[in-house]
Amino acid sequence: MDTTTVYKPGKGLTDRKLSYCPGCTHGIIHKLVGEVLEEKNLIDNAIGVASVGCSVMSYEFFNCDMHQAAHGRAPAVATGAKRVREDKTVFTYQGDGDLASIGLAEIVHAAHRGENITVIFVNNAIYGMTGGQMAPTTLIGQKTTTSPFGREKAQAGEPLRISELLATVPGATYLERVSVHDPKHVKKAKKAIEKAFEVQEKKQGFSLIEFISTCPVQWGIQPYEATRWAVDNMIPYFPLGVFKDARGGETDE
Amino acid sequence: MNDSERLVIAGFGGQGVMLMGQILAQAATNENLETVWIPSYGPESRGGTANCFVTISKTEINAPVVTQSDTLIAMNQPSLEKFESKVKTGGRVLVNASLVKDHTFREDIEVFNIPVNDIALELGNLKVANMIMLGAYIGASKVFKPEALETVFKQKFTGNKAKLLDLNKQALLRGMKEVS
Amino acid sequence: MAKVLMKGNEAMALAAIKGGCDAFFGYPITPQNELPEYLSKHMKENGRVFVQAESEVAAINMVYGAGGSGARVLTSSSSPGIALKQEGISYLAGSEVPCVIINVMRGGPGLGGIQPAQSDYMQITRGGGNGDYHTLAFAPENLQETVDIIKESFTLADEYRNPVMIAADGLLGQMMEPVDLERSSNVKEAPLKPWAATGESGKRGHRNKIVSLFLDPNDLEDHNLKLQKKYNRMIDEQQRFEMIHTEDAEIVFVAYGSMARIARSAIETLREKGIKVGMIRPISIWPFPEKAFENLPKSVHTLLTLEMSLGQMIEDVKIVNQGRYKLDFFGRTGGVVPEPEEIVEKVLAMKEGAN
Ligand SMILES: Cc1ncc(C[n+]2csc(CCOP(=O)(O)OP(=O)(O)O)c2C)c(N)n1
Ligand code: SF4
Repeated sequence: MDTTTVYKPGKGLTDRKLSYCPGCTHGIIHKLVGEVLEEKNLIDNAIGVASVGCSVMSYEFFNCDMHQAAHGRAPAVATGAKRVREDKTVFTYQGDGDLASIGLAEIVHAAHRGENITVIFVNNAIYGMTGGQMAPTTLIGQKTTTSPFGREKAQAGEPLRISELLATVPGATYLERVSVHDPKHVKKAKKAIEKAFEVQEKKQGFSLIEFISTCPVQWGIQPYEATRWAVDNMIPYFPLGVFKDARGGETDE
Repeated sequence: MNDSERLVIAGFGGQGVMLMGQILAQAATNENLETVWIPSYGPESRGGTANCFVTISKTEINAPVVTQSDTLIAMNQPSLEKFESKVKTGGRVLVNASLVKDHTFREDIEVFNIPVNDIALELGNLKVANMIMLGAYIGASKVFKPEALETVFKQKFTGNKAKLLDLNKQALLRGMKEVS
Repeated sequence: MAKVLMKGNEAMALAAIKGGCDAFFGYPITPQNELPEYLSKHMKENGRVFVQAESEVAAINMVYGAGGSGARVLTSSSSPGIALKQEGISYLAGSEVPCVIINVMRGGPGLGGIQPAQSDYMQITRGGGNGDYHTLAFAPENLQETVDIIKESFTLADEYRNPVMIAADGLLGQMMEPVDLERSSNVKEAPLKPWAATGESGKRGHRNKIVSLFLDPNDLEDHNLKLQKKYNRMIDEQQRFEMIHTEDAEIVFVAYGSMARIARSAIETLREKGIKVGMIRPISIWPFPEKAFENLPKSVHTLLTLEMSLGQMIEDVKIVNQGRYKLDFFGRTGGVVPEPEEIVEKVLAMKEGAN
């Protein structure tokens, strides 16, 4: 029988089985980043920085040299790597607890210095790894194990919008928020990752792509409901789009 | 029961093995016995295998982790493979025969094959497989009377879970019958 | 009161409420998450404060602010999180701000693992922060003792105006055991805190300052000498330990926390075999219970230190031993919880070696 290959895993990821729960979109985001690194021929010369969260094991998944940073410190580790290896592609992969909570200072200052690195930021509105605690991105009213009565503005403030916040930092070059809830958006997300790595290749400075991601397990719902929940609740608060584009003169389309 | 009873309860996450252990520990607490319950924890227990150790004793409990068990309750094949070797000679193993087929058991232990998933489906709810197994366990070990566990059910299943009380009781008694 | 079956982390949280804790500040980390999770529900009920901070660095400084303003304050974490808190702990000690810090230890170094360990003995008893300071540190072995000590800790912190650390581990945090939360323990109402910066300078007639800055070396030396006096008082008053079967022992274990509990099983087995072993169980690890080593019987020839680390407390054992007894060590690390049988084998091998 003749066979046609319609799909094969790329070289961007190792063949280690991903450690993510069924239905978690961390997997799709890994695949996209891996594809872009492979297609742009960057994978053999890349340095990735894994953070602390469910993606802590990503140092096993991206098929390039990897560091594993302390919780929140990935942008600082990436800064160190990039400064001594300027010609390499350096990226971090961070969750919202890691980047928006404990690591807020590091991300703001990496952007502020205009570090020529790319940040893959996965926003799932909760702490996945540690069992579903409130994150800075947790929505108002959202129940988590440390906001058992639902997040209240008076106690915990309103969720942080990182792309919007970083857009106010003069040093940032390219910031876009994307989603992976359907094929159309997955394609768009991949384009955004390509752009971010191009910014780095052209030495144009700091780029960050924020992903709206799901955590069916800690949200306590089925995967298909989780995608719905993200579209219905997260995207209205965290709108998709480009929040900063300071590439200078170039336009997208 | 001897002076102490040490159990390993293991299965897939979602089979309710942690709850089985907690129910036994609560029954022990109610009867003023010493008890310790220790879960496996961490991301590996998410969706994967889960197990807990329970010790029930008339005297103070020292080392809390069960290394040599009097009883193993194995709700699936991997659990049986992982923990069978840790059962004491003369100990007992209760196996979910709905999921474990063709296993050659050690000769020096007493084995109870109970198809708890099938029985649970008969009772109309797969979720009570764990309670059927608990019934079989107390039937075989006589560590607790069924009334002792029913008291715990009443403590645990409150509010809108109260409606589950009868089904769980039924499952418990059905499990006991399997070993009588 | 009847005992209730509770998970360690939750029992610790409830013990803190019973000990008079007014406010909690923390950041999630395994294996202590059920502690803040419990408090996120129950502090509010009791009209108290619960804040999930953005990091451990922030959490310990919130503790500094709340404690310095006169409240009874708690934070909890696990090993890498405690490492981040060290700077703040140095400030708390330097400014004499009372607080309670629970460390549910896991394996290290670095991100390490999440299974139970005792690898923070140095971090806890030596302090990772800068300067000449100490924190009181207790290492309970079961949930009842944990609950009793946590309740009392708030009182001790106030009495000494000093941070108190609780050295628990993943086993104590995750296990369930029946505990009596009402068992009497030395819990006193919070005292008046005339030193606290409560925002009442008008009423008070003078300003209070919570500071650890002394630019003149002579002033700083005076301050440190004053602190040292207090630490010496703690050394006098707070050495806590239990002697187990030491009366006729030849080999004496030195073990704390979960390791001591495991060692109890080994002692039982070895004594059944006619081997005379006993144990010194430090309950306070700072101050280290030197008094326990003072009047050991003539039968003792060896001290066997047992730890869930590769040997940290053994340095304190060496200091008190002063070359008197032979020293030996057994430890497992990385989150491996040893089986009592391994200790038994170690002792049998020691006897073999001695013959
Ligand atoms: C210093 C320190 N504090 C806390 C932790 C515990 N910790 C591990 S992952 C995590 C949060 C992860 O959440 P997020 O970044 O949103 O990623 P997700 O798991 O949701 O993908 C925390 C608090 C740690 N490892 N180190
Ligand atoms: S816990 Fe949530 S974020 Fe983590 S792998 Fe599972 S679904 Fe994904």
